Amino acid sequence: MNWALALPEIVLAACGLLILVIGVLRKSDSAQLCSMLTLGAFLVTGLLVLTRPGGIGYYGQFTVDSFAVLTKLLILIGAALSLMLSFDYNDRQGIARFEYPVLILFATVGMMGMVSASSLMTLYVALELQSLALYVLAAFARDELRSSEAGLKYFVLGALASGLLLYGISLVYGFSGTMDFGVLAHALGSPAQASAGLIVGVVFVIVGLAFKISAAPFHMWTPDVYEGSPTSVTVFLATAPKVAAMALLLRVMAEPFGHLLASWQLVIEVVSIASMVLGALAAIGQTNVKRLMAYSSIGHMGYALIGLAVGTPLGMRGVLVYLIVYIFMSAGTWACIIAMRRQGLAVEKIEDLSGLARTDPGLALAFAIFMFSMAGIPPLSGFFGKLYVFLAAVQSGLWTLAIIGVLTSVVGSYYYLRIVKVMYFDAPGPALDRRPSMLGFVAAVTGVFTLFFFLFPGPLVAAAGTAASALFG
Amino acid sequence: MAPTFFFYLFSVVLVLCAAMVVSSRNPVHSVLFLIGAFFNAAGLFLIAGAEFLAFILVIVYVGAVAVLFLFVVMMLDVDFEQLRSGLQRYLPVGIAVGVLLLAELVSVLVGWHVHPAATAVRFAPAPAGVSNTVALGELVYTKYILLFQAAGLVLLVAMIGAIVLTLRDRRSSRHQRIAVQNARVPGETVELRTMALGGGVPVADILRPRLTQPDAIDDDPLEPTHHGGHHPADAHHAPEGR
Repeated sequence: MNWALALPEIVLAACGLLILVIGVLRKSDSAQLCSMLTLGAFLVTGLLVLTRPGGIGYYGQFTVDSFAVLTKLLILIGAALSLMLSFDYNDRQGIARFEYPVLILFATVGMMGMVSASSLMTLYVALELQSLALYVLAAFARDELRSSEAGLKYFVLGALASGLLLYGISLVYGFSGTMDFGVLAHALGSPAQASAGLIVGVVFVIVGLAFKISAAPFHMWTPDVYEGSPTSVTVFLATAPKVAAMALLLRVMAEPFGHLLASWQLVIEVVSIASMVLGALAAIGQTNVKRLMAYSSIGHMGYALIGLAVGTPLGMRGVLVYLIVYIFMSAGTWACIIAMRRQGLAVEKIEDLSGLARTDPGLALAFAIFMFSMAGIPPLSGFFGKLYVFLAAVQSGLWTLAIIGVLTSVVGSYYYLRIVKVMYFDAPGPALDRRPSMLGFVAAVTGVFTLFFFLFPGPLVAAAGTAASALFG
Repeated sequence: MAPTFFFYLFSVVLVLCAAMVVSSRNPVHSVLFLIGAFFNAAGLFLIAGAEFLAFILVIVYVGAVAVLFLFVVMMLDVDFEQLRSGLQRYLPVGIAVGVLLLAELVSVLVGWHVHPAATAVRFAPAPAGVSNTVALGELVYTKYILLFQAAGLVLLVAMIGAIVLTLRDRRSSRHQRIAVQNARVPGETVELRTMALGGGVPVADILRPRLTQPDAIDDDPLEPTHHGGHHPADAHHAPEGR
C-alpha cells in the first residue's frame, strides 16, 4: 500500500496537532505564533503537493493526479490568504485565539482529502472534517449574537445537506454495490445499467454538494452566514471551501457518474441558471457589502457550473480556470472589505465607501479593479474566467446557458459598478482608519494577478487543461 | 427453536417499546422505553450473529446517548406538552408528505435487483473461522486506516469546537495548583496545642488557617477581561486552604 500518497495531508495534520499543543502550552499571546506556524505548515504542504508523485492508494480510496494537485494548491493559497487577512482583524475584534488557525488548518486537511477522494466514503469523511471546522469558525465570535446565529444556521442546514448527501450515497451503494469511483465508472459503463434508484441517488449527491458550493435553490444559508460570521471567517468561507466543494463536484460527476451525463446534465443546467439569475437579481437591493458578496458568490458558482453542465474536458477546464481566477479576485475583494474600519469599528455598508477615491485612493483603486473583474470586464481576469466557460458551452451547443450567462453578467455588473460609482463620484464621508500592511500586501498581490492575468493566461490555462483531462483519463 | 422464540420475543418487545417511546406522556418514561428498545435491538443483532454491533449498541447508545437524553430531559425545562400541541393541525400535512415519500421510495425500489455477487456476500457476512469483531478490526486498521484516522480528526475538531464555543474561565473558578499543594507544611494549616490534663476543653473561637499568600486571593483589578477563555494556569486562584 502506497501510504506516502497522502503525505502532504499527513504532514499538515501532524503540524496541526503540534500547533494545537503549542497553543495550549504557551500561556498567552499564542494566536499570532500559531497563525505564523500554520502559514509555515501550508507552505511546506504546498511544496510536498508539488513534488510528490501521483497515483492511487489506500485500496482505491485516495487518488493523487494533476487535478488533485492543482486544486490542492488553490485550496492552500486560498487558506493562506484568508489566514493572512485574519491576523489584524481577529486581534481588533477580540477573537484572536490560537484555535482559529488550528481550525482553519484542519478544515484545509479536510478539503485536501475531498479533492483527492476516489471513494464515496473518503468523500463523506473529508467533507465532514471540513464542514465541522467551518461550523465552529462561523460561530467563532461567540459573544456576538449574529455570529452565534450564523454558526447555528450553518450547522443545522449543513447537517441537513450532509444527511441528503449520505442518503444519496447509500442509494448509489445499494444499487451498484460499490463506493469506489473506478469500479462505479466501470459498472455504469452503459446508461442502460443505471436504474431509477441510482439516478435518484446521484441527484441527492448533487443536492448535497450544491449546498456546499451554495448554488441556487440551496443557497439560503449563504447571505446570513456570510453577514453574521466574523469577516475573517467569511473570507475563508468564500475562498478555499468553494474551490474544494466545486472540485469535488467535478470529480464525482466526471469520474464515477461520467457515463450518466445525459441523466444529470439537466439538473446541473437548472441549478446553474437559477444561481446566475439569483446572483444577479438578489444582489441589486443589498446595502450590506458582505451580503452583496454572498449573492455575488452564488452567481459566480452558477457561471462555473456552466462548465460542469457541458461535461467535456473543455468545460471542466473552463471551471478550473474560473476557480483560479475567482479565488484571487475574491480574496482581494475581501481584503478591501476587511480594511473598512472607521474609528476602530468594522463598517460594512456600501455608503461607508462613499468618496473613498479621495480619502484613500489606493484602496479605492484596488476595490475598483476587483469589482470590474467580478463584473467580467476585459482585460481583467474575471473576463477570462467567464470566457472559457462560455466558450465550452457554445462549442457543445448549449446556447441557452451561454446566453443566460451573458445576460445575467450584464445585469450583475450593475451592482459591481454601483460600488465603483459610490467610491469615485459620491461626496466623501469620514476617512477610514489606516489599514494594516498585511491587508495592503494581500490586496496588492491579488490585484496584480487580476490586472495582469491577460499577459500570462497560457501556462495557467494549460495546467487547468491537463488537470481537467486527468478526470477523463 | 430457541432462536426463533427469542427472535419473536425481542421483536415484539422492541416494537412495543418503540411505540411507548413516542406515545408515553412522561418524557423520562420515553427515554427509559428507548433504552428498552436498544436492549432488544441488541438482542436481535446477537441472534443475527453480529455480536460487535450488539455490544456497540449497548455501550454507545445505552451507556452514552440514552443517559445524555435522560440528563437533557431532566435538566432542561422543556415543555413537551407544548411541543406536541400542534400535532392535530400538522398531522394531515405530515401524512401527505410521508405518503409522497413512501410512493417515491416504492417506485425506486421496484427497479431494484440484487447483484449476484452481493447475494453471496449476504450469506457469508464474515470470513470463516473469524468472529466478526476480529474481521472488522482487521479491516478498519488496514484497508480503511485512512478513513479511520480521518474520522479521528473529525472527532478532534468536534472536541476543539466544543471547547472553543463553550469554555469560559470564570473568575470564581478554582484551579488546582499542585506546586502550592505540595509545598504546604503542616504548620500552615494545623496548630498543635498541648492541653492540660483534666483541664477540660477551653472554649475558643473557630480557628482558621493562616493565609500564606494574600496576593493570590485578590485579583488584579486592572487586568483586562478576557473574552476567550484560556487563562494561564496560575492566574486567579484562591489558596487551597481558604
